[in-house]
Amino acid sequence: MIDVLYFAWVRERIGLPRERLETTAATVMDLIIELRARAEHYAWAFEDITSLRVALDQELSSFDAPLAGVREIAFFPPMTGG
Amino acid sequence: MQVSVQAEPFDLGALSNDFAARASGAGAIVTFCGLVRDNGGSLAAMEIEHYPGMTEKAIAAMVDQAITRWALVDALVVHRYGRLAGAEAIMMVATAARHRADAFAAAEFLMDYLKSRAPFWKKELSADAAEWVAATQADEAALKRW
Repeated sequence: MIDVLYFAWVRERIGLPRERLETTAATVMDLIIELRARAEHYAWAFEDITSLRVALDQELSSFDAPLAGVREIAFFPPMTGG
Repeated sequence: MQVSVQAEPFDLGALSNDFAARASGAGAIVTFCGLVRDNGGSLAAMEIEHYPGMTEKAIAAMVDQAITRWALVDALVVHRYGRLAGAEAIMMVATAARHRADAFAAAEFLMDYLKSRAPFWKKELSADAAEWVAATQADEAALKRW
């Protein structure tokens, strides 16, 4: 099981801030492909991954990173702090 | 080091004075405060979302890096989230060093990193629209100078 978190417009497109999923995805990209296939609003949220960032267990990561041992994954747009 | 991620407003003067009082051995203190900017006069509020847990860790890591790189005496970051009105203070950075060049450089480094690497997302709300603030190429390019 993995906790999947969504922030900003990714959260708005998907319609929830977090969910717990059962997945066999080996990498972040594999999980994105699974999520896109779930429903149209997921496909919309993940349509352009160049406008997305990903964090694994609260550390910025990349789309080809493996998911083995990861407990929490978060998807969000580029950050706008400061 | 002091890092605070909070919904509540902060007192820039009081925090600056406390920071200065603690920074023994420093010869220079730089403080920066970012405000909600109302570009066209139509802004009703700004909504700031963050990633609890990751935000504090990411900021602590960048402050650690700044302290080591510029041999800072101390550093402070306060960043708010939630709904803010126009002209309200969003965040502040303070750096204390022996000399001003290090204090200024460390403050600029922290500002550049907070902008693009701290998990906050800003949404501008006006009377009839709500729009996520987009990150810019310039924000990302600013990281390259460090």
